[in-house]
Amino acid sequence: MRTGQLLRTQAFRIVLVYVLVFGFSVSALLAFTYWNTRRTLDAQTDQIIEAEITGLAEQYSHLGLRGLAETVRARSLHGGQALYLLSDGLRHTIAGNLDAWPQTVATPNNFVEFDYERPVEGKLETRRARGRMFALSGDFVLLVAQDVHERYLTTRMFTTTLPWTVALILLLGLGGGALMSQNMLRRLDAINRTSGDIIKGDLTRRVPLAGSGDEFDLLAENLNRMLDRIERLMKGLREVTDSVAHDLRTPLNRLRNRLEESVARLNAGGGGSGNMANEIERAIVETDQLIGTFNALLLIAETDAGTTRASMVALDLGEVAADVMELYEPLAEERQVSLTLVPAADVMVDGNRSLIAQAMANLVDNAIKYTPEGGQVRIGLAVKDRFVEMSVADSGPGIPAEDRARVVERFVRLEASRNSPGTGLGLSLVSAVAHFHNAALVLEDSDVAGGGLKAVLRFPRTVLRTASLKSAAE
Amino acid sequence: MRILVVEDDLEAQRYLVQGLKESGHVVDEAADGESGLALALSRPYDVAIIDRMLPLKDGLKVVAEMREHGNSTPVLFLSALSEVDDRVKGLKAGGDDYLTKPYAFVELLARVDALMRRRSPVGVKTRLDVGDLELDLLTRGAKRSGTDIDLQPREFRLLEYLMRHAGQVVTRTMLLESVWEYHFDPQTNVIDVHISRLRAKIDKGFEAPLLHTVRGAGYMIRAH
Repeated sequence: MRTGQLLRTQAFRIVLVYVLVFGFSVSALLAFTYWNTRRTLDAQTDQIIEAEITGLAEQYSHLGLRGLAETVRARSLHGGQALYLLSDGLRHTIAGNLDAWPQTVATPNNFVEFDYERPVEGKLETRRARGRMFALSGDFVLLVAQDVHERYLTTRMFTTTLPWTVALILLLGLGGGALMSQNMLRRLDAINRTSGDIIKGDLTRRVPLAGSGDEFDLLAENLNRMLDRIERLMKGLREVTDSVAHDLRTPLNRLRNRLEESVARLNAGGGGSGNMANEIERAIVETDQLIGTFNALLLIAETDAGTTRASMVALDLGEVAADVMELYEPLAEERQVSLTLVPAADVMVDGNRSLIAQAMANLVDNAIKYTPEGGQVRIGLAVKDRFVEMSVADSGPGIPAEDRARVVERFVRLEASRNSPGTGLGLSLVSAVAHFHNAALVLEDSDVAGGGLKAVLRFPRTVLRTASLKSAAE
Repeated sequence: MRILVVEDDLEAQRYLVQGLKESGHVVDEAADGESGLALALSRPYDVAIIDRMLPLKDGLKVVAEMREHGNSTPVLFLSALSEVDDRVKGLKAGGDDYLTKPYAFVELLARVDALMRRRSPVGVKTRLDVGDLELDLLTRGAKRSGTDIDLQPREFRLLEYLMRHAGQVVTRTMLLESVWEYHFDPQTNVIDVHISRLRAKIDKGFEAPLLHTVRGAGYMIRAH
């Protein structure tokens, strides 16, 4: 599976740190054991050597050189671990079982270590020895040493196996860590996939349980309980929206019917009542405005809740933008505003076609409304790294930066536009549509000549085709 | 023409039935889904107007069962529900058109007329005529009194739709839905601007205008 993802998991990082600490501890422990063993063994050897030297020095002082040489010769014949060499000032051998002065390889604490050869089972073998040189009066030198080859081999084993041990620990640790994180990752993946589906609007999804009753199952159970609650709330919200819609639309419908009926009757009655008919017709226009605002509010509520996604399809923003451009082009021409489209290739999003068209139309409508004669409005499309952008920039008066957050709120209309027609819901609806599509509505300074406002709808670039298929099948 | 109205709000039903009768239609009515379905299956209708939410049997189910029985009467759904998805659901369930309450009666009437027109077989036409205005659907060319008229593709579709419904009122939302294939509320009446452009092309310089504005309703193309 995705190695990069594996390396980024928290579980793997924890394992990695643990393995490193463990490896370091084991190395330190082994190093200490090595050092301690060697020190103890060396101390034993050194004690024997010291004792011998003391003994031999006594022999020398009592019996002189000859006596010492006799003793050395006698001891040399034992053929044990002990090695002796007695020489004069010119390093000529007088007695001992070494035939020449050895090449010193190390000199720890007045002791010398050297390699010598000794026949073992008919073969010459190079072995390690540790000893001490002792200067006697009269320029004679005595070397007393012990064969420490066993100790040497043991300690050398430490130094050669240590790196392998550490490497093995790291390897096993990392392998185990990878397995462990993969398992965790699989469980988390399941949770993430479910949450993703739910964010896309499929509220019926639940996190699967492994049945082991571990903390992941506990987490999943808690999430599922939370989801049950959210689903209930969303369903309630939807029911409220539906009944508000139904309970207000039915009387509004009757009201409009009655007004229409009255006009029809007055007109059928003929003459005289024209003034009355006009009044009622104006009431119908007012009613229609009321209905328009009500519909916009309901659409915002419904879109904001985002509970239903049946109408999501893979959509070419370029096509919608071209349609909206084409729809508004004569209006722009009439207002003497130049309307242009900057197209881009492959601007695909998953969306509701009529909601996105409505949002674009609202933005273009606003832009044309607020741009003075001779100005320009530009619809732009762009594909960025992680976004697909649709923007509408104008050369109108713009919106001061401090008011930009406020104008997307419901019914907010700036003082400057208080008298122009509109419900004050246009931008709120755009914002709700953006929210519905996981897109962001950003208001910024216009980049067309003459300044003004630029409204950008920034859609995430991932095309969620599977999700839309799933909910469409319901 | 024979129309079936299934509507549980009796006030609205009365108004609807009366309006349709005044427009010269024969109307049967029902106030719940089951009797509505029984009526729909018992005799032929030219159009059925069915409320989306009905007692006893939901409007969607009524239409689904009508279609299961091989009944292909055009259905206009009336709905007091919210719009975004219910519209899609209604059309998927077998509805032919969808109108949200509150509606203007002229809008409903125009849509009912359009549904009936859709049903009457006229054969495959390659040419549409209204007065001295001709539209050639094959060459995509328009002529008035023999003079070529240069039309943009969308203007052609607009004119085609109007001419296919010649003599009938066509509302702005109907035009947006069928010519642009969008269902939304353009804040400013952009359709009007398109119509006046088209009017400048086909009526300017001619004594008898063909493209008429029907006050409070929409537009109509007719010879006289």
